[in-house]
Amino acid sequence: MKKSIVYIYLIVVTLNFSCAQDAENEVGTPSNIPFTAELLIDELQIPWGMTFLPDGSMLVTEKSGELIHFKNGEKIAISNVPSIYARGQGGLMDVVLHPNYSDNGWVYFSYASEEGSEKGGHTVITRARLQDNSLQDIEVLYKATPNTTKGQHFGSRIVFDDEGYLYFSIGERGARDVNPQDLTRDGGKIYRLFDDGRIPEDNPFVSTAGAKTAIYSYGHRNPQGLTKHPETGRIWDHEHGPKGGDEINIVEKGANYGWPLITYGINYSGTPITDKTEMEGMNQPIHYWVPSIAPSGMAFVTSDKYKGWKGSLLVGSLAFQYLERLTLQGSKVTNREKLMGDLGRVRNVRQGTDGLIYVAIEGKGIYKLVPKD
Amino acid sequence: MKMILFFYIAAIIGASILLHQEPKLEESIQRGAEIYADFCVTCHMGNGEGVPYTFPPLAKSDYLMNNREASIKGIKYGQQGELTVNGIVYNNIMDQLGLEDEEIADVMNYILNSWGNSSDQMVTLEEVQAVTK
Repeated sequence: MKKSIVYIYLIVVTLNFSCAQDAENEVGTPSNIPFTAELLIDELQIPWGMTFLPDGSMLVTEKSGELIHFKNGEKIAISNVPSIYARGQGGLMDVVLHPNYSDNGWVYFSYASEEGSEKGGHTVITRARLQDNSLQDIEVLYKATPNTTKGQHFGSRIVFDDEGYLYFSIGERGARDVNPQDLTRDGGKIYRLFDDGRIPEDNPFVSTAGAKTAIYSYGHRNPQGLTKHPETGRIWDHEHGPKGGDEINIVEKGANYGWPLITYGINYSGTPITDKTEMEGMNQPIHYWVPSIAPSGMAFVTSDKYKGWKGSLLVGSLAFQYLERLTLQGSKVTNREKLMGDLGRVRNVRQGTDGLIYVAIEGKGIYKLVPKD
Repeated sequence: MKMILFFYIAAIIGASILLHQEPKLEESIQRGAEIYADFCVTCHMGNGEGVPYTFPPLAKSDYLMNNREASIKGIKYGQQGELTVNGIVYNNIMDQLGLEDEEIADVMNYILNSWGNSSDQMVTLEEVQAVTK
């Protein structure tokens, strides 16, 4: 009798261990929240991008095409915004300042545009100056081609590195078997340019015949998070997988991230895309999410404002509607925490120049995380 | 005798309308499936099951089947706020998708005739055009 109880106990314990999900893929809810979320800008629909001007004001993009300057508690509509192709996931997307904004005044935008002869739209990267509540000196730096009426995967995050290079993402535009692995085509790539749109001579595919020479890395699906690691200075991305298989990658020059030849996800219908999760010559993610959280927005915490948060990575979840904090040891994810649950789809997260964290939630607005002390 | 003749003619007219409509409906559903895969599947999921409490289901959805015009309007102009579907209250936002009216008719026909849903009456371009804000 006693023996059988011990056996049953052992079997149960063993089963539990063998069924346990990889701890990496478990998200916990912390009991100690080091902030109070204060709604700073209300009544926004889909606040896709946001950035902080030196005077403490903010620029916010609405996906529908409005550019808002939030200053002294007021929303000022900026005019002369380029014409936006608002379809599916496309619209007015990211907004980022030049690292030397105070000197040159350049503001960078991404949006979906119909420019070109084909029907449909594709991602554009542009820069402009803000003058008298209007965009001036508009310069298109990159327009992906050809247009398509597909509604998905515009990518569109923008970031600068420490040397002043401009990086941006363009998703595969719903053509996974056509675009991401083909260097002669736009989409499914991360790109690198000089701040004025010129192509750096040492970009990895400048001497590859037919290649789009702005490409820096490829085999991506739809990166909607792009940020610079505060210590290494390297560019990190996260990207939407299909059903499962969202990824965090460290972007390397010329590297192939494998979509759709390798993935940890499956089709929405439940059928497999491939049975391969790795292949030679293709980079592995440093983390992947199963099930998909649908990540959007990505920021490292570099300030000391929130106890225990410095060095961790914040990511918005559209699907599960929360803000995720990932604790890192180097490039290894050691813990995941769920914050700000049930407010809505978290579209973006940034650290402001004041060291505070700002979170954009669809249907609500921009929240400021006020530290508790 | 008159009655029989009347029913006979009515049946023929009915059948001819149905038969005429069916291939058109079938084509519309097929086009709608493609639209669904591009614009809807990420939230409403592969079998229209949605995500409970976050994204409402379309499969066997009482809201969809009983609120045809409001459903078209939601797709055409976007939707925000509370919505009760199969007894669960949803409070979320669906962006304006930027679809053409023809595409809205197609995707409506697809979701009205998939995953156990069925609707006798085809959604037409004219019907979508008639829905205003």
